[in-house]
Amino acid sequence: MVDTLVCSETELADGKMRLIQAGQAEIAVIRKDGRYYAYENLCPHQGGPACEGVLMPAVRDVIGAGGIYRGQQFDEAEMHIVCPWHGYEFRLSDGRHAVASGLGLRRFEAFVREGSVYVRA
Amino acid sequence: MDDRVGGAGQEDQGFDTSKLLKNAARQRDERNYDDFLIIDVDSHHYETEAFREIAGYIRDPVLRNEALYQGAGSGGITSELGNYQSMAGRVTRYPGRRKEKTPVAPHRDITLMRRWMDAMGVDIACMFPTPMLNLASCQRIDVQVGLATAYNQWLCERILAEDSRLKSMLYLPLHSPSACEEIIAEFADRKGVIGFMVTAPHYASVYDNAYAKSYAALQERGLPLAFHAGFPSGDQALKLTNRFIGLHALGFPWFNMIHMTNWIINGMSERFPQLKTIWIESGLAWIPFLMQRLDNEFMMRTSDAPLLKRLPSEYMQEMFYSSQPMERVRNAKALEVTFEMINAPSQLLYSSDYPHWDMDLPSTIYDLPFLDEVAKRNILGENARKLFKLGNELSDTKLARRQARGGER
Ligand code: FES
Repeated sequence: MVDTLVCSETELADGKMRLIQAGQAEIAVIRKDGRYYAYENLCPHQGGPACEGVLMPAVRDVIGAGGIYRGQQFDEAEMHIVCPWHGYEFRLSDGRHAVASGLGLRRFEAFVREGSVYVRA
Repeated sequence: MDDRVGGAGQEDQGFDTSKLLKNAARQRDERNYDDFLIIDVDSHHYETEAFREIAGYIRDPVLRNEALYQGAGSGGITSELGNYQSMAGRVTRYPGRRKEKTPVAPHRDITLMRRWMDAMGVDIACMFPTPMLNLASCQRIDVQVGLATAYNQWLCERILAEDSRLKSMLYLPLHSPSACEEIIAEFADRKGVIGFMVTAPHYASVYDNAYAKSYAALQERGLPLAFHAGFPSGDQALKLTNRFIGLHALGFPWFNMIHMTNWIINGMSERFPQLKTIWIESGLAWIPFLMQRLDNEFMMRTSDAPLLKRLPSEYMQEMFYSSQPMERVRNAKALEVTFEMINAPSQLLYSSDYPHWDMDLPSTIYDLPFLDEVAKRNILGENARKLFKLGNELSDTKLARRQARGGER
């Protein structure tokens, strides 16, 4: 395991992403709400750059009493990394596909040390 | 929250197809696509970007004036279900396309086509329009004919004449049989024209005698007839869907299933035995379904289809199919059986459908575990090369890379 410097904390704005090369893997480091996440930028679907798309909250259908459809909501508590090639959605929190949890992005550890962001790969 | 539009991307650096497809370029190199020919039989461009140019080719001056005045833009949220194909910006090449920079020459459509083709390792691509696929839903037949003719002429003169890697099967306005005949007569011999195409969502019966002259003309010239799927959101049955996924999942195979059924049952394969048909962009899962349905019912009702000398599935096995959007199914055996049932090693033609949201890379074929190398290369290029009588020259970019590596040109 090697710790690779990504950038200083101030260089990565909230909601933004940085790419680094660590050996064969291209790794995306995402900062969101003060936390750091690192995933390989490679989609298990057709190999797209999964982390270079948009971050979107999960979409929920709202079903009221008696099974009545009440519209849709964004679920800000569950952010998704959306692959830009075809739209596969992966949970930001753990990199698993939003529904098919057997499928996911390869995860790495991201952490801050003395004001700088690192990835362990 | 700006994430929904701006996303997790790095600082905004504009949009570049080659950058979006950098992982496709890696797949191209890892799988040695430089060593063999890849032909994409169904790709698209957004002709709306060049609509003022195309409108200039409309021959009727009154219609031309109207087209220039009205434009060809699609409406907003209330206009039709088809307008959020990009899933509200999740598929980034939709909003990104307009920001992509291209040089003044060659034509922007040529530059954009070449960028994705080179990234994926595609040598030759058959290109189709995008919004115009829904032209058939316009109730003004003269507009269908006027625009189809203008687009075909524009495509031949401004795009196909300029780049021999680009081909097309030209649009036939099926609602006007006489216009179909005229378009075939005028454009069949133009550079880059490798067949003719009907967008499947036409409320017209393909067995109608009115089309016999067009079919005979295509047969005589050895040019295939393609049925390109589509989803008219105004269709009464499809209007029952409320999400694009429903409209698209059903609409794309549905009209091809209707035309195929009519084609088979009315013995069109016997009446025009040398006319080759290609069924485009309906995926593959519908074909085994229809083969089974038609075979079973035909055995009980042969008098309904007296021209048939064989089972419907036997005729269907001799037709050609484009590969995309190839269904990724939980039970992988289903795909393998589908390939067997359609004689995929000789009848399946790779297609990307790029840049649309459900595009497929060549690796969707190349990585299939049940195909040998010969079958993969047939599907990716050889089947199309033979069908369209194309040369086997690799693209200039592949040749340059091979030369740089010291390989043979
Ligand atoms: S490659 Fe990521 S969604 Fe298809």
